[in-house]
Amino acid sequence: MTRTCPECEGPVELAEPVRLSEIAQCADCSSELEVVGLEPVALALAPEIEEDWGE
Amino acid sequence: MIRVAVMGAAGYLGGELLRLLTGHPGVEVVQAVSTRFPGRRVDSVHPNLRAQTELVFSPPDEPAACDVLFTATPHRTTMTLIPGLRERAGTVIDLSGDFRLPDPAVYERYYGVAHAAPELLGAFVPGIPELYRDELRTADLISVPGCMATAAILALRPLAGLVEPDVQIDGRTGSSGSGALAGDGNLHAERSGAMRVFAPVGHRHEAEVSRLTGLNARMSATGVEAVRGVQVVCHATHATGKADERTVRRAYRDLYADEPFVRIVAHRRGTHRLPDPKLLSGSNYCDVGFAVDGDRITAIAALDNLVKGGAGAAVQCLNLRTGQPETLGLGFPGLHPI
Repeated sequence: MTRTCPECEGPVELAEPVRLSEIAQCADCSSELEVVGLEPVALALAPEIEEDWGE
Repeated sequence: MIRVAVMGAAGYLGGELLRLLTGHPGVEVVQAVSTRFPGRRVDSVHPNLRAQTELVFSPPDEPAACDVLFTATPHRTTMTLIPGLRERAGTVIDLSGDFRLPDPAVYERYYGVAHAAPELLGAFVPGIPELYRDELRTADLISVPGCMATAAILALRPLAGLVEPDVQIDGRTGSSGSGALAGDGNLHAERSGAMRVFAPVGHRHEAEVSRLTGLNARMSATGVEAVRGVQVVCHATHATGKADERTVRRAYRDLYADEPFVRIVAHRRGTHRLPDPKLLSGSNYCDVGFAVDGDRITAIAALDNLVKGGAGAAVQCLNLRTGQPETLGLGFPGLHPI
């Protein structure tokens, strides 16, 4: 299944079956994307994982 | 099998031509000409070609018949040679700077001497397939642009029409761009660790870039601590104010989606997010990328000056001119890490 990257509009291939919260990477701009909806399948920028340094 | 010969075969560009051509399945290298090393084995000068070829350098006065002749001879010398070489080969592909500019007055301004064969200047097709693919299929005289010029042209071409005409190019180049002859400026003691701004204004490639992009290019250039590779960072201003990143990316995609040797590298993640010549050594790729900030657009390109910036582009032109697959013999992707 192909969807459009919300960041750069490039094509993003998703392996089926698609699952909620799956992470995909756009080959064009390398953004990490998260599956945020299934009907229809929707992608959004995945949140950055930040170090909290134990604080 | 296409029969090819290389003049100026002992230089760095000549050696790179021989590396690509001896590994090319569709050509036979019939002659490698050198004024400095006639009679010596090619692999004594280009040791990377050991076990690749048994060729011996020929003197320039014993020309062999060939289908395609590559001239990798010095600027200012090549223009005196080409008129006498036209009968020798059906197609001449020149890698020097002597036939890149169609206007003899512009040539004299940038190269410091009057052109010796001005009647031929308009006869050469620029050897940049991304712009002149159809013309190159039938061209008998081809002039490959300069290495930093190719990088800047491919970086800026998608922006023509989107940006104000005045653009500033900052070029960085490795030492192999200076050629294979020793000089005071090329001593290890002088070059190592240096970032030498050898053209603070008015680098000669700005004339080629202006011609082939339609922009008004100004260019500076710096020699950096590398052997191979060039990178250009081009600064432009959006024509109508605020630039939109998606529009800019679309402009690059529209132009380069089907190009076999141009990759758009403007990534959000990873260590190498924008074009870096370090990853392109030996490959025929030119990576182009961009960044947008308000009305400012920064376009970046990188390539191997001896491959996409010279010998590889010339072989790409050979493939087009001789009806072979455009990518034949040019599949090496580069090395990582290096």
